Amino acid sequence: MANSGEEKAEYVEPGMPGLVSDWSADKQTFDVPWGKLMMWLFLLSDTFVFSIFLTGYMNVRMSTTVAWPNPSEVFALEVAGTHFPLLLIAIMTFVLITSSGTMAMAVNAGYNGNRQLAFKLMLATALLGASFVGMQAFEWTKLIVDEGVRPWANPMGAAQFGSSFFMITGFHGLHVSAGVIYLLVVANKVRRGDYEGKGYDIVEIAGLYWHFVDLVWVFIFAFFYLW
Amino acid sequence: MAHIAIADQVSDLHDPDTFITKYIWSQDHKVIAIQYGCTAIFVGLVALVLSGMMRLQLGFPDAFDFINPSAYLQFVTMHGMIMVIYLLTALLLGGFGNYLIPLMIGARDMVFPYLNMLSYWTYLLAVLVLLASFFVPGGSTGAGWTLYPPQAILQGTPGYDWGIILMLVSLAIFIVAFTMGGLNYVTTVLQARTHGMTLMRMPLTIWGIFTATVLGLLAFPALLVSAIMMLLDKTIGTSFFMPAILSMGEQLDYSGGSPILFQHLFWFFGHPEVYIVALPAFGMVSDVLAVHARKNIFGYRMMVWAIVAIGGLSFIVWAHHMYVSGMNPAFGFFFATTTLIIAVPTAIKVYNWVLTLWRGNIHLTVPMLFAIGFIFTFTHGGLTGLFLGNVVVDLPLSDTYFVVAHFHMVMGVSPVMVLFAAIYHWYPLMTGRMFNKTLGQWHFWLTFLGTYAIYLPMHYLGFLGVPRRYYAMSGTDFIPDSAQALNASITVSAIIVGVVQILFIINVIWSLRYGRKAHKNPWCATSLEWQTPDLPPKHGNWGAQLPRVYRWAYDFSVPNAKHDFIPQNFSQDEVEWLDESGRHKGIGE
Repeated sequence: MANSGEEKAEYVEPGMPGLVSDWSADKQTFDVPWGKLMMWLFLLSDTFVFSIFLTGYMNVRMSTTVAWPNPSEVFALEVAGTHFPLLLIAIMTFVLITSSGTMAMAVNAGYNGNRQLAFKLMLATALLGASFVGMQAFEWTKLIVDEGVRPWANPMGAAQFGSSFFMITGFHGLHVSAGVIYLLVVANKVRRGDYEGKGYDIVEIAGLYWHFVDLVWVFIFAFFYLW
Repeated sequence: MAHIAIADQVSDLHDPDTFITKYIWSQDHKVIAIQYGCTAIFVGLVALVLSGMMRLQLGFPDAFDFINPSAYLQFVTMHGMIMVIYLLTALLLGGFGNYLIPLMIGARDMVFPYLNMLSYWTYLLAVLVLLASFFVPGGSTGAGWTLYPPQAILQGTPGYDWGIILMLVSLAIFIVAFTMGGLNYVTTVLQARTHGMTLMRMPLTIWGIFTATVLGLLAFPALLVSAIMMLLDKTIGTSFFMPAILSMGEQLDYSGGSPILFQHLFWFFGHPEVYIVALPAFGMVSDVLAVHARKNIFGYRMMVWAIVAIGGLSFIVWAHHMYVSGMNPAFGFFFATTTLIIAVPTAIKVYNWVLTLWRGNIHLTVPMLFAIGFIFTFTHGGLTGLFLGNVVVDLPLSDTYFVVAHFHMVMGVSPVMVLFAAIYHWYPLMTGRMFNKTLGQWHFWLTFLGTYAIYLPMHYLGFLGVPRRYYAMSGTDFIPDSAQALNASITVSAIIVGVVQILFIINVIWSLRYGRKAHKNPWCATSLEWQTPDLPPKHGNWGAQLPRVYRWAYDFSVPNAKHDFIPQNFSQDEVEWLDESGRHKGIGE
């Protein structure tokens, strides 16, 4: 058993041989920083959290005996006398996906050593995220104040509609809010130049989280608003 | 890369210098492990006392005034929850995971020590919230450790008000703590191993802890989500788990929820949880058996793949806890089949443990006694699991003492046996002193025989149809009076076993100060944790240079080697060999 697998090969073939070489290596399995792997693992765990939230939502939607409200009616906006189904949600989704774009550009700028640009793009991402949360607050207010939707009951039909809606979008909103704070902290450190020399991996790690929150929203959007 | 350099250079470690940074707000994985361990053992003792009070009521009904039906249900609930989550999970992963992972893979610490420290303090908060629930109005929850709604949050169940709320909050906090620790363990195993330490050279202890932590990261989300949903049902009146219900002659405000959904979510967590407890125990017992039998573990690769296979399968067996909840027969068939399939890798492990002992040079040390005891209790508990995995056998046995006996043997007594084995085995490493052998032997024999005196008769009670969780059985026609005699004998045994644990506590505390000083590597083990320059290891573990690993962790009794063990960090040139006539040949080949 002596002396095998001690030194990692310089060049690793892609595909199966690369996989085998990664998992049979000593020291480290993946050629990534510790923080990045930990973020991936956290996101895997968080994926289970959101999957189970959505599974629970689908289950109560089936178990309830009262008709489910029509989401395209509930989430419609009246603008200048015209009826737009899902207008606000469309804008929110657009904003969040745009923020993923600016985040990706920030990562690129960071790795290219363009500190100022990376900072500005992260700031833009955080602002887009904050405006998403703001629009969500507006949506909640409209549902609660104008339409009388409560977590335990609503005038349109099954009580579970309000329960699942507030719980799942609320949990996602908390993720976005936490992400905004996280991005602002990292952005400030980028501006100060804390990562000169250490490398800009942390920007990418924050980006991973942000893209994940974005991806989760796509699923919530599909399962909650379109179904 | 930068992150590798940090691990290799001792200069980057800041040695803690004050008492507070060294022992209280410590970021050293060893101190955190001891903190986890002490807290877990403390709540475990609370849960042990609770079980004693349950047994007093069952053995001698109506003899004790302070145990009323509500209190009894609260004891049942808190005993189960504390033992499974706050003792076993925390001690195996937070305690032994923290202590052994960096030492066994040759790292200086966990990859994120600060997060690791937060993990412990969050766990402590969860424990405090849990203990607080004993003192709120109405007392702690009495819903049974499975906390099934609707009854868990409805009037009539003890602690339906504050008790259940604090229970759910405490679980959520525990999950946050576990996630912080768990991310650390997995990342450390994957990324911070030393030179030459490939995954397939890791001791099985690490494989067990690693796989269990992955299971935890994927299974605890189900518990977190169901805790959140039940909290919402309880506090603001949503109806996730609550159907339309008449209670005390009144229609409640709930409607349209699904109690079965909770059962699915709970067991999607609950079954992997069994293996979160079992897999680290499997791993540690493998290492203890190999060291004290002076033989390599039989079928190392098979053992690793069995751990991984059990981990994977544990996610598709959960509904075997729900056969009596009402289920499509096709699903019953599916879950019975997967349950029986999981017995295959488990049986492989048991065979391999026995084959490791086969013709080994067995040293009946105290850790070895406990490890062999584990093989017995685990085999017995596992075999009754095969009964309960079959739908038709499970239906009549469900919710009887047969089930109680089964799960206590397989995931109560067995992991605890391994915990004792592990504590005795690694005690010299953690403290630098040897424990008292005679006390340890008394502790083993009384505990081992005592648990059989408790749980073997319980199987028989189960066949009689004695239901679990009942406060009193009197006046039940189908239960013969002899069952009561059996119950009394079980209670006496349980009290004795409970009291015997004092021997263990005394041994641990007494030896800390008066125990014989341990030699370096007192068991002549091969794995890295015994190769540190200091005993017990100091902050940073390895002195100036990280160890280099040349072999697997099981080079015991290698033919022609002078000693019957070759540590993992010995290169081929450092090993002393004998020539053919058995004479000393010298170092190198």
